Amino acid sequence: MQHKTIERLQQTAFRVREHIIRMSTDGGCFTGASLSATDVIVYLYSEFLNVTQDTLKDPNRDYLFLSKGHDVPALYGTFVELGWLSADRLQNHLSTSDHLYWHPNVNIPGIEFHSGSLGHLPSVALGVALDCKLRGTNNKVVCVLGDGELNEGSVWEAVLVANAYQLDNLLFLVDRNFFQANMPTEELIPLEPLTDKFAAFGAAVRRVDGHDFTALDEALSTFPFEVGKLNVLIADTRRGKGLPSIEARADRWFCNFTHDEVEELLRELHGEANATLESETLVVR
Amino acid sequence: MNYEQLLTQTALADERYIVMTAENRALVRNMPTTLGRRFIDTGITEQCMIGAAAGLALRGRTPVVHALAAFLSMRAYEFIRTDVGIGNLPVKLSSFIPGFLSDGNGPTHQAIEDVALMRGIPNMQVFCPADEQDLLAMLPTIWASSAPSYVRINTRPATYQHEQPFEIGKAEVISKGTDVTILVYGMLFEQALVAAQQLKDAGQSVGLINMRSLKPVDEQAILEAAVTSQVLVTIEDHFQTGGLYSIVAETLLKHRTTAHVVPFALKEKWYKPARLNEVLQHEGFTGQQLAASITEQLEFSLNAERPR
Repeated sequence: MQHKTIERLQQTAFRVREHIIRMSTDGGCFTGASLSATDVIVYLYSEFLNVTQDTLKDPNRDYLFLSKGHDVPALYGTFVELGWLSADRLQNHLSTSDHLYWHPNVNIPGIEFHSGSLGHLPSVALGVALDCKLRGTNNKVVCVLGDGELNEGSVWEAVLVANAYQLDNLLFLVDRNFFQANMPTEELIPLEPLTDKFAAFGAAVRRVDGHDFTALDEALSTFPFEVGKLNVLIADTRRGKGLPSIEARADRWFCNFTHDEVEELLRELHGEANATLESETLVVR
Repeated sequence: MNYEQLLTQTALADERYIVMTAENRALVRNMPTTLGRRFIDTGITEQCMIGAAAGLALRGRTPVVHALAAFLSMRAYEFIRTDVGIGNLPVKLSSFIPGFLSDGNGPTHQAIEDVALMRGIPNMQVFCPADEQDLLAMLPTIWASSAPSYVRINTRPATYQHEQPFEIGKAEVISKGTDVTILVYGMLFEQALVAAQQLKDAGQSVGLINMRSLKPVDEQAILEAAVTSQVLVTIEDHFQTGGLYSIVAETLLKHRTTAHVVPFALKEKWYKPARLNEVLQHEGFTGQQLAASITEQLEFSLNAERPR
């Protein structure tokens, strides 16, 4: 991957993080979860998925399903950077005048299906991948999952069935930020050794640093990882990536900052300050 | 023609159809051969099957999915509500052994809240054919519609020649009567037919309605029966909560009217598992038992002063 491509991706991801921070007020959003998935989502839309604003309804497009729906601010931000969504509309976040709320919905061009209830879209993506196989088309179908979401049994049903139907056009990408809603995953419901778990279910598994564009590119340039096998990419990430004051903290999943704190966090993102957050921002769900 | 032959013929004529099952192959035994890759068995994964059906529907397919009624309507409920319902996708749910038809299985397999659950989902349509002939007459219209649907599959042989063509939202009015009108759906139609005949033989004027379509429901048929009959009777192999009795009550209230409605349903209990004829006998749902119970109700009603 060329240096200038990496720089461009980093700049895009930086602007997406700005959008996420600006959405983390006046009702807030799932800031920590969105920041961990930002680099992965930016990479997928910029480099991996064959889909543009003109092909959003084309049956031959590639698909991305955001099963971990609460990180949709990363998707909104990416769509703004792609030019699919007007930046002005982000100010409508949580307003009935628009369709931007805490979970994805298909009124936003580019969002393939609604989500929010965890463990659903692996199966929906599987259905799409099955149809692509039936029709003999070459679409790639990606489903982004959270690591906490892997607690849901329906995820593993989909892995079993994808294995049975040899869906090598399907990629389950796990945003492995090591936190579920309120707790570190390994303290609540341990997932490791995660690579082995997916491999034991018959998937072809890769594991990379989910904030390293070169590593993401190297792994996904070999897609499909193995002919006839479900692809699983575990992207090791940090909750709240980019903001040291909220990074890797159990209580920074959902955030509703004051306007002043948003400005302070934007300076922190730019490396100009270390934010001290004093307002009641923690909302545990 | 049986269910499998009709589905095979329909799917072979139109490649939009995908036949799916969560390893419930009783109705689709030969379809792996006849339909090839458009037959998809996801194993014992009702949730995954419904999600995948939604995905297939997003690609323009019409999945006809099969599972035991209890597991389809309850294990996969949130997937039906969230993926199929919110998405308003043309996924066709074929629900096997609903109501009394799970006979000897026991309460784990008794889908006797499925009508209540399914009609609570926006966009979902709910159909309950009286017998195999009724089923086969209804399915082409149901499958061809763009709405999601839930069908209580009933392949029991017909004891009545259904003449009235099927329409979504229309009941089949078998007869009209001034003393009592029986509203029934599904496999209990056979028993209601026997009960109606016995009541007629005893000199009563009896109406009988095969509801067929519970959502949308034929409000006109209910309202007419409420006006012309002294007593309405609802008969269903379903909990009393949320089924036909509730639908009739909602319909009457919506139109600011009332009626004397007597429900025959399962009241806050699962039924005693056994061979089907013994289940019916034990629970009081044979034609003879229903006729006797309705006669009692009529006598009670005729003796009481009717409110004007």
